[in-house]
Formats: sequence, structure tokens, C-alpha cells
Amino acid sequence: MADTKVAQMKEKVVKEPSLMTGAVPAKDWWDVEAVFKSGNYCYPAKASMVAYHNKNLPGLFGEPREWDPESDNWNLPENWQEILLNGLKERLDKFRSLKIFMDCCVRCGACADKCHFFLGTGDPKNMPVLRAELLRSVYRNDFTLAGKLLGKMAGARPMTFKVLKEWFMYFYQCTECRRCSVFCPYGIDTAEITMMARELLHLVGVGTNWILEPAANSNRTGNHLGLQPHTFKENAEFLLDDIEEATGVRLNSLNFNRKGAEILFVIPSADVFAEPGIFTFMGYLLLFEHIGLDYTISTYASEGGNFGSFTHNSLMKKLNGKIYAEAKRLGVKWILGGECGHMWRVLHQYMDTMNGPADFLQVPVSPITGTRFDNATATKMIHISEFTADLIHHNKLKLDKSRNDHRIVTFHDSCNPARGMGLIEEPRHILKSVCNNFYEMPENTIRENTFCCGSGTGLNTGEIMDLRMRAGLPRANAVRHVADRHGVNMLSCVCAIDRATLLALNQYWNPEVEVCGVSELLGNALIMEGEKERETDLRFAPLAGMEG
Amino acid sequence: MRIMSPLIAVLALVLVALVTAQVPGGQALLGIILPYLAFALFLGGVVYRVQHWAKSPVPFRIPTTCGQANSLPWIKQNKLDCPSTKAGVIGRMLLEVLLFRSLFRNTKAEIYEGPKLVYGSSKFLWLFALLFHYCFLVIILRHLRLFMDPIPGFVAALEFGDGFFQIGLPVFYQTDAIFLGALAFLFLRRVLLTNIRYISLPADYFPLFLISGIAITGILMRYFLRVDVVAIKQLTHGLATFSPAITGQIGSIFFVHIFLVCALLIYLPFSKLMHMAGVFMSPTRNMMNNSRMVRHINPWNDPKIKPHSYASYEDEFREFMVGADIPVEKELPAQPAEEEVAKAVE
Amino acid sequence: MYGKGRIIPALILFLGLMTTPMWYKSGDAGKMPKPEKPKDYTECVAPTAYMRTSHMVLLNEWRDDILREGGSRVGKTANGTEYVRSLQNGCMKCHNDKKKFCDACHNYTSVKPYCWDCHLQPKEAM
Repeated sequence: MADTKVAQMKEKVVKEPSLMTGAVPAKDWWDVEAVFKSGNYCYPAKASMVAYHNKNLPGLFGEPREWDPESDNWNLPENWQEILLNGLKERLDKFRSLKIFMDCCVRCGACADKCHFFLGTGDPKNMPVLRAELLRSVYRNDFTLAGKLLGKMAGARPMTFKVLKEWFMYFYQCTECRRCSVFCPYGIDTAEITMMARELLHLVGVGTNWILEPAANSNRTGNHLGLQPHTFKENAEFLLDDIEEATGVRLNSLNFNRKGAEILFVIPSADVFAEPGIFTFMGYLLLFEHIGLDYTISTYASEGGNFGSFTHNSLMKKLNGKIYAEAKRLGVKWILGGECGHMWRVLHQYMDTMNGPADFLQVPVSPITGTRFDNATATKMIHISEFTADLIHHNKLKLDKSRNDHRIVTFHDSCNPARGMGLIEEPRHILKSVCNNFYEMPENTIRENTFCCGSGTGLNTGEIMDLRMRAGLPRANAVRHVADRHGVNMLSCVCAIDRATLLALNQYWNPEVEVCGVSELLGNALIMEGEKERETDLRFAPLAGMEG
Repeated sequence: MRIMSPLIAVLALVLVALVTAQVPGGQALLGIILPYLAFALFLGGVVYRVQHWAKSPVPFRIPTTCGQANSLPWIKQNKLDCPSTKAGVIGRMLLEVLLFRSLFRNTKAEIYEGPKLVYGSSKFLWLFALLFHYCFLVIILRHLRLFMDPIPGFVAALEFGDGFFQIGLPVFYQTDAIFLGALAFLFLRRVLLTNIRYISLPADYFPLFLISGIAITGILMRYFLRVDVVAIKQLTHGLATFSPAITGQIGSIFFVHIFLVCALLIYLPFSKLMHMAGVFMSPTRNMMNNSRMVRHINPWNDPKIKPHSYASYEDEFREFMVGADIPVEKELPAQPAEEEVAKAVE
Repeated sequence: MYGKGRIIPALILFLGLMTTPMWYKSGDAGKMPKPEKPKDYTECVAPTAYMRTSHMVLLNEWRDDILREGGSRVGKTANGTEYVRSLQNGCMKCHNDKKKFCDACHNYTSVKPYCWDCHLQPKEAM
């Protein structure tokens, strides 16, 4: 849990002098140094992890070494500035977005109070505009005429160790949620800038273990925890016992690596081994059994969540490549994806470009309703919410809404499905069909305006709990609002990172509110053939009227 | 410093113009040579910057989706904020460029005891930004009367509309007042709002002062110091028709005005004012959200980056997979005799 | 260059719009307005330079002074010549051809004074 008790934190976020509370900073931002101390940074990547990735993608992750962010010597390579500037040049040539975003900002400040990290910390460098200026100032110094001629007057700064420290601090206080980009008059997307900055940091071996180790695991074992195939299978099968206990039905359809299945189902692997994701997984399995879907899960490509996307586009591509490779090997017709945020940003906006064309697959057609998913004609992969919403729309599911009557539900739009995909109404349609008590959080905190859980992009690590609780405050506060007003006790979402992080966030800010995936509530409501009278939901909480 | 240095820079420009207008040949320099140079640098600079941006590809399709995507036929798509067709993107861009759609969404966040975060509507920036840009446009178009002959009907119509209230003589243009008001707003919010003051650089104040300087000299010239507009048109129209001449008396105020305009033209391509062109090229706004429908090509996609292969995965875990009844491509090698296993264990 | 198909036409459009006055060649810079000066008079109510830039101010002052403050209709030039402070009976007495005098410059610079909203236009201009 967080180092600061919640009672103290409640005071701090309101009274502590910061830009959010109206205090005027004494120094110009470029004179304020980033100071690392225990609790405000993620642990650096172990040398062995860097070595592993460097073996696969030479040169992208720097020299393997041990280093300490709190020290003034990070054991950087001698020519680290040159590496960074060359890296920046390379990225400017590769990404038009970077050039435009470096050049066009007018510092109007519309983004300033849109960032959850800023709202929770009041740290000026968490205003998206200043976060970008950390990189932009270096860009100006070395790549623009004005910067070369006028230097500091043009807002230019040479690349120094001080700047590098700021980069490591603040590009790991951005969750690439894109909320700022919604409000920017030029669509400047800090997610894009953070991606570039993190790529650059990796070039000189500055990265975090909480990202590189799961990425290495995903690469080797197919899931980010590093479970070996048999363990992965056992974990999943163990959930069949729980399903049987809750519903009285023994599911037969769960299978792995089966050639010739119609559909390959890819999940964020956390759904197989961590609460409350496992309940979401139970929901998927119940649904598939209910409709008799011909699917398989691959142990090799069992991680849809892409930790590579938090590091470097090459690693993103490498990890993502498994999905199409496995779909081809198994000879499936199309691919179905589970509930996950960054996973879907990658699947929707990057996969086909990076690893397509998927000409060996067919356009997804629901075998139950016959609906052809024309929005996935190229990628051939659809979201479980799209698939389920279509089933419900065609009345193909037998549902008993009252089984969720013990839940008063709200829905958290995950950043990436909302702002990097446009998946907004599908989960709502499902929720309204499977539960009677559904309330929206305030307008400014949902849909395209949704607030991040505060711990995305590989920041959901224990060593920065205080920061995470602050960054998650805007989301938690909106949950608080509906909890107070409507008695909401369940926060649903379509993201595996959310399921892990909102749990911690709610335990801190809103202890009475639990967290679930949308498919879990669906699983509760599904009337299975041969089921017993349900007394509990999938997490063994008594149904309404069954208490005591 | 952030405010004073750009202010001093603009005042210095005014002084340079005042002095130069007095020296022999100075008026020709300010009125003829410099305008041509500045205009050429402006056009060349903008074209250079745009082609410089265009040299970099857009490797991924990354629109920021600000509404429901094109999905199932019975789910209503937000065709303007999350377009999946060219027409939709054009609509989105028109809203963005003509009406500042994104800025219209602006809110202001405040934190209260509780803690309680509140997001209030905040449309002032949108309103004044819109006023500023449209007044600027009208003012530029009105100036066409000095560069064209005969004067196109729409310019006359703009002037008529702009001076509709017939206040003062010469008739007072509303845009002049609104323009100055909007400039003052944009300046004051930079100075008064703590957040904005903290992020503002000299490069943010300089164009505000420069444009204010242009507006103020223009207003002085029209309403207070008055100049011989016929002589000015002879020069400006002459510039447009490549036969410029300075005859008669043109007040120094005109040369200050035109010098500041030249400074702005030269400064623009190398500054944040290039957002004028950049807004059209921002990949989060000008792309269709159709990345699952149509394959987007990345010209530098590296086909050599392959996933960790299934074969090596199976090689590493085959024994466990077989043990757990997970199908494999290659079966395990025949079981070695028991003694050999025992030996290997030893 | 990537996206040539859209960027090059857009740049051409930009250059075209920006240079409109240069290729909009219906005018000719040599065609300066030559307001016809009265043949019979040599002295105006104020020096030419002042009249060129500020005649509208003078007219405004006359109007305000005479109509609102009850001021005198009679004015005197620097040389002591008396004149009538009136657009129709003063100015137009010497500059009696609106088309050849007033309109020459006003049209050239797209100025549309609202004098004639109230005042009767001189006959010859009708």
C-alpha cells in the first residue's frame, strides 16, 4: 500500500503548496532539478533484462549495467549525449508526428489541467505542455534555426545530465492516456512524445524493470508473468472448478493450441492468474460455452497486452507479431481479443501496419448471428465487447439481469479503447443488458474525456504507490461522486491494467467499491444450460436476496 | 525577463524603423526592398517548413478518437469526432480549423476540500482565440484594398460590414477594437494565470507584442496620425504590380507599421506561428479511424523483426506441453531407458 | 516527400492565395488618381498636405461645431480669406465636380464616406 495514509493524502492534495492549489513556483521550471528519492521512481531494469532484449534487438536498449537513479553517476556510456541526439534525429526523420508536435505548440495551456498526473500532484512538469517542453527544449537547441541563433531566449537547452534526469522522471509520470490530445487545438499527443522519449532513454540504457521484465517474459513464455505453458493451462483450468462451484456447470470447451479452431482468442494474460481479472476470464468462458463457440487459446500467444509498446516500437512489433504467427500456424479464421487497454491500442492502430497483411485470415463473421464485422476487414480481429454487443443485440443470449442486482455499477472508459479506438458504446450496451443498476460518472470524466487509472504504461509497480494514488485521484474522485450519489459499489472496465490498478486505487480512495471486467457481469447474468440455482456470483459474493 | 526581453525587442524594432525612415534611402529600404525580401522569406520559409515536415512519413495511423467509432451498424458513430471516411475527416478538420473544435471542449479543473475535483466549463480561451484569428483575417483581407485595383467586391463588403456602426471619421472598424481586446486577453491570461505564466516563454510574448505593435501603429495611422492613403496605395499597389514608387509625403508611422509587418513575415516560418500550417498536418486529427479496415503502410517497417518463433518456444517447453496435453508440432524424442535417466541425474 | 498528392496542391493553393494581388493584373500602378483641382481658386481652407490626410476630420469638426454647438458658418484661412464652413456651399463651391474630385481618390482607396447619406449630391454628379 501507499506510504502516505489516505487521511493525510486527502489533506496534502488540497493544501500542499503546488500549482494545483494556487501556489506560485519560486523558480523557473528549467532551474528546478529532478530529485530522485525512494518512492518517486520505478526501479531500473536489471542488467540481465537489458541484455536479454539487446540480444533480440541489438542497440535499442543500451549497455546492460547496474545503476541507481538516486546517484549522480548513472554509468552512462561516454557518448550518451551523441547517442540521444542521433536518436532524436532518427525519430524526427521517421515520425512526422514528432516534428509537428515539436514545432506547433503555442503553449496556450489548454492541456495544462487535463492531465491526471498534474491534477493529483500539482507538479508543473506534469502539465503536458511542460512535459513536452522537456524534450522540445533539446530539440530546439540542436534542430531549429531559432534555437541555434537565440539559445535560451528561444527556449532552447543543451542536453545535459540534468535534462536526462527530468526525462526519466517525467516520461515515467505519463501513462500515454492521450487525454491532453483531445483538448489540444493541434491534436498534440503527449503519448507520442512520451513514446519517443522512452525510446531515446532506452538507447542509453535508462529503463525500468517493471516494464522490461514482463516484456522479456512475454517474448519467451507468451505471458508477462513468465508462466510456463503447463502452468498457464493449469491456472486457467483451475478456474473451471470455481465456475462449477458457482454455477453448477462444468465447462468443456476450454482448450489450448488447437489447430483448426475457427477463432483464436487472445487475452491479456493477467486474466488467467490475477484477481479480479480471473472473474472476467470466467465470464469469457461462460459466454463461449453458452453459444458453443469454436475457439482456442494459445499458450504461445497468450499475452495480448503489449509491454513492448511502453518501450520501443520495434519491441512492440516483435511481441505483437506472435498473434498473427500463431493464427497462421493454428489455421484459424479470425481472431477475437479480450478486454484490455493498451493491447487494443496496439491491435487497432499498429498491428496490421507492423505485422500484416493478415491475408491468411478471413473477415470476422459471428458464427451465431452471421454479422460480418466490416470494421475489421483488414486486421481480422475484433473486440470481445463488439462480439458480445452484437450477440445481445440479436437476442442470442439468455440473460438474467437480476443476478447483478447486488451490484450498483458504473463504467470506467479505459484510455486506449476510448481515445485510440473509439470503443465507447459497445461495453455500455452490454452493461445495460446485464445489470439493472448502472450509473454514469460525470461527463467530464468518461468517454473521450475519461481519466486514466493513473498507473498505465508499466507504472503499476509497488515502489511508486504514492504517485499512483495521486495520479489516480481524478478517476477515484469521479467514482467517489457516484458512490456517494447512487451507492455505486462496482467499477467495471474493459482493461486488464485497470483491473489491477483500479483495485489498489479504490482500496485507497473508495474502499467500498470493487472492480470488475464487463465480461464478469455478463458471466453472472448468463443462464447456462443445466445450471443450479445461483446463490452467489462468480466471486462467491451472495446475490441480492441470498445474503445471510 | 520572459516578458521584458521580447518587449524590448519589439520597441527596438520600432526605433530602428523610425530612424531608418529619416535617413536618405531609408524609406525605399523600408517600403520597397524589405517588403519584397520579407514576403519572399515568408513564402519560401512556409514552403520549406511544410516540405521539411512532409519528408517524414506518418508510420502509424494514430487519430485521437473523440467519440464512438464506426462499429456495428446499429451503434451510432460520431462521424465528426471519430471519422472513418474522407468526408468525415474533412468535416473534422473544418471544425478544427474554422471553429477551433478542440479548444471549445476546454474545461477548468479546481480542487476543493474532500478532496473534490471540479471541472468547470471554460470557453474564454476559445472565444478570444476565435475572435483574435477571425479579426486578424478580416484585417488582412481589408488591406487588400491597398494592393488591388479595382478593388474586389468582397473587400468593399467586408469594409462596409466592419464599419457598420459608422462611428467616427474615418469610420471606425469594429475588428480593430476586438483585435486589440483579444490580444490584451491573450496577453493578460499569460501574465495573470499562474499555470500559463509558468509555461510561457519569450517566444510566446514576442509575437503578441509584435502583432500588438502592428495593430497599434495601424490604428494610429488611420485614426490619429493620419497619412496620405493615396500615396500609400501607390506604393503598396506598386509593390503588388512590381512597380513600386514612393512619391509624396508618407508619415513615419507608416514605415514603422510596414517594418513590423515585415518582421512578422520573416519571423513566422521559424516560429510557433507555423501552427497555421501544422494544424492541417497533425496525424491525430487528419487521419481516418479505419486502421482495422484498411492496412496503413509504414515505409520503414522492418520485416526483419520477427516474433520469438513458435518453434523455439516449443523446443524450450515441449516436455511440459506434452505433459500437460497441450498439442505440439514435434513429439518428444523416444523415452530413454531408465538407467540412463538415473545416470543423467547423478 | 510523403503525401505529395495532398501537400503539393495545398502548397500551390497557399502560394496562389498569398500572391493574389500580384497576378490580379487588372490594375496598373501607374494609374494614379488625379483629382481635378478648381481652376478659379488657388487657396484652400488649409494646406494641401493637411487636406490630403485630414479633410474628413475638418468636415466632422464643422458639423459638430455648427450643428451641435451653434458655431459660426464663417471661417478664415491663414491668409485671412473668408469662406463658408459648409460641404455643399463651401467645399463644393470650388471643388464643384464630385466625380472628378472626391470620387477619384475615394474609389481608388475604397473609401465610402457617408456625406451623401444626408447631403444632396451635387446635380452634375447625379
